[in-house]
Amino acid sequence: MARSHDLDINRREVILAGAATAVASSLPGGAEAQPAALPGASGPSHATVSLTVNGVIREIEVDTRTTLLDLLRENLQLTGTKKGCDHGQCGACTVIVDGRRINSCLSLALMHEGQSITTIEGLGTPDQLHPMQAAFVTHDGYQCGYCTPGQICSAVAVLAEVKADIPSHVTDDLTAPIALTEAEIRERMSGNICRCGAYSNIVEAIVEVAGRRA
Amino acid sequence: MKPFTYERALTPAAAAGAAAATPGARFIAGGTNLLDLMKLQIETPAHLIDVNGLGLDRIEATDDGGLRIGALVRNTDLAADARVRRDYPVLSRALLAGASAQLRNKATTAGNLLQRTRCPYFYDPAQACNKRAPGSGCAALGGYSRQLAVIGVSEACIATHPSDMAVAMRALDAVVETVQPTGTTRKIAIADFHRLPGDTPHIETALEPGELISAVTLPKPVGGRQVYRKVRDRASYAFALVSVAALVQEDGTGRIALGGVAHKPWRVEAAEAELPRGAKAVTERLLAGAKPTPDNAFKVTLVERTLGAVLADGRN
Ligand SMILES: Cc1cc2nc3c(=O)[nH]c(=O)nc-3n(C[C@H](O)[C@H](O)[C@H](O)COP(=O)(O)OP(=O)(O)OC[C@H]3O[C@@H](n4cnc5c(N)ncnc54)[C@H](O)[C@@H]3O)c2cc1C
Ligand code: SF4
Ligand code: FES
Ligand code: FES
Repeated sequence: MARSHDLDINRREVILAGAATAVASSLPGGAEAQPAALPGASGPSHATVSLTVNGVIREIEVDTRTTLLDLLRENLQLTGTKKGCDHGQCGACTVIVDGRRINSCLSLALMHEGQSITTIEGLGTPDQLHPMQAAFVTHDGYQCGYCTPGQICSAVAVLAEVKADIPSHVTDDLTAPIALTEAEIRERMSGNICRCGAYSNIVEAIVEVAGRRA
Repeated sequence: MKPFTYERALTPAAAAGAAAATPGARFIAGGTNLLDLMKLQIETPAHLIDVNGLGLDRIEATDDGGLRIGALVRNTDLAADARVRRDYPVLSRALLAGASAQLRNKATTAGNLLQRTRCPYFYDPAQACNKRAPGSGCAALGGYSRQLAVIGVSEACIATHPSDMAVAMRALDAVVETVQPTGTTRKIAIADFHRLPGDTPHIETALEPGELISAVTLPKPVGGRQVYRKVRDRASYAFALVSVAALVQEDGTGRIALGGVAHKPWRVEAAEAELPRGAKAVTERLLAGAKPTPDNAFKVTLVERTLGAVLADGRN
């Protein structure tokens, strides 16, 4: 971490939206480099982001307002990831970024430069399902299926989080190893809402995959 | 969302300098609060300064036996840190009681402190709100105020601060470290960081324009039994109606901070002297001068009962 005495106001290096390289500039927004994207300009501003999606490197020009969710669905036609609320309240848009699940609706595509995104399409294929996808099928962990891609991405991440010793609200002892009980699964999955109420079957699917792993 | 330009800052001072020099600029960290509000055009920054690359994502021991938490440390990582779990469990507990795992993976220390109120009228641009549109009035007064504040309120605003993490930090006497646009740094005690609404509910913290949070420090651990108890409308993934952060020592002394009742994490040090006399005595002192609405008067009773439960067993 930068210590306070190292902080140097003159070193304003910024990577500007739309410019491919880091520039040093005294003008906010680097007006010379990007006259069309002056800060405060009222029109849309564009920039390029490069990221890996399901193993494929992509470089895409986007409106700065594009969320990661809209990039996946609108620019890359990866429509497995769903838009439920668009406000972080439902979990339908859950994807895994550099190994961690996030709500892709509350993140800008530009904030993922150089990162690796896994969506439901990247977990398995119809011929070769990911074990969690297969377990959701076996246990009927859905009804309409709208929340399912987010549920499955979340469920895969839950098992990784327990393995990484990340506690939850219902973990009894913060200093002991975590036991993956049903209560733990329910709490850890609480960020994924299912309007069809398939919760108990979802828990069964996760218990099955967790058991197989242990 | 309104259009905006975007840049990635590479040093804290550069970020603060850019924020001060660019009209309408805002920092973006996790984005989980700012983007939510931008979609509703409650926040309309003309320029975003992405601070994720500043390297402020470490948790380090301080020389006096405490912990320095970088502004960009994710809520998940802070809650899972072995030192926090061992020495400041009330902070882990508070973090884990907030939002969802997906949100905590993204949410940062600084962003969590600076998250804005969940007052339903603040979220509805069709309603009068002095916080969103200074001078327009307050639709919550005389409106639906069940979730809103009972103490420290003003004629201009009765909103609460929604953070769980900040309540634990208030009980732990945390200090917010910042970098100003000139490059100078300063330290703000958490008690002085969030403001009461007064006549200017749109001014929520002690930060000056362009000032960047670089870290939050915790003093040396004080031990004791540490509890964060959050009461809400459902068991998970909901904001607090009332929450209690407590550090209780073997001799019965301790510290108490409340969430869900005020425009800032609510702590009255003098009330802690009442701890040996029990929850009722502490609550009377903590909430002396409370001005609840008919909708939220239940919070006063709820504080006393929650505190009573915490003092009686208070395991987590
Ligand atoms: C559905 C939902 C449920 C939630 N439930 C809870 C809950 O139960 N409890 C709870 O506590 N929270 C809850 N939250 C809120 C969540 O904790 C916050 O959104 C999050 O902590 C904000 O952090 P961020 O890094 O994403 O902030 P951002 O959205 O990036 O930023 C928030 C603000 O902080 C400013 N900022 C960011 N970093 C800095 C910095 N270093 N210096 C100066 N300014 C900075 C930004 O300009 C912005 O104004 C919930 C959120 C959602 C969407
Ligand atoms: S309580 Fe505060 S935030 Fe809510 S409407 Fe009134 S002024 Fe706005
Ligand atoms: S669409 Fe992202 S949480 Fe609902
Ligand atoms: S299966 Fe229909 S919303 Fe979950």
